[in-house]
Amino acid sequence: MTLQLTHFSAALVFALIASIVFGITHRDTARDMIRYGLYCFAMFLGGILVAGWAMWLVRR
Amino acid sequence: MANPTSAKINPTPAAKTTPASSMMAVLAPAVGWFIPGVGHLIQRRWIRGSLLLVSIATMFALGLAMQGHIYKANGGDILDILGFVGDLGAGGMYIATLAMNGGQGAIAFAIADYGTKFMIVSGLLNFIAVADAYHIAIGKKS
Repeated sequence: MTLQLTHFSAALVFALIASIVFGITHRDTARDMIRYGLYCFAMFLGGILVAGWAMWLVRR
Repeated sequence: MANPTSAKINPTPAAKTTPASSMMAVLAPAVGWFIPGVGHLIQRRWIRGSLLLVSIATMFALGLAMQGHIYKANGGDILDILGFVGDLGAGGMYIATLAMNGGQGAIAFAIADYGTKFMIVSGLLNFIAVADAYHIAIGKKS
């Protein structure tokens, strides 16, 4: 069986899992872990969108 | 009169290590490397350990399901060696995959390359989790 994800969904899964691990390992309290995890996820997602649009502009 | 060397002679209570904590400082990283998140679970960090276990194992499994390539310790190309180091971080999952001859297919499409990266990154994330388990064991982190 081969799993066929789209580029965007693969990047989304990557961002979600990396954010969870970063949040747990880089902060001390539960509240800070959640906040940092959400921050990392937002940065990943923002980076994906910015890079995607940048590549679209370069291609034009 | 205060003795300036007293701080060196009498360590603070937090700096003292008991045999149990020094044992945990070895055991937690070792077990955490072999099975992701278990280094936290044996220190009663149930939620953190469970989240790490599910996250890292899911990432590795998705990489394998995407027909990602798994690196071996062949000592060839430098990028292969770096890939091997990343894969090795996944511990028991890496060993089990090699034993079952998984991840050996040729990369035929772009998503398979993502799968390769997923497995490497899951290993690297597990290295971070192992360091975190060690910091909890030595009392540097709660």
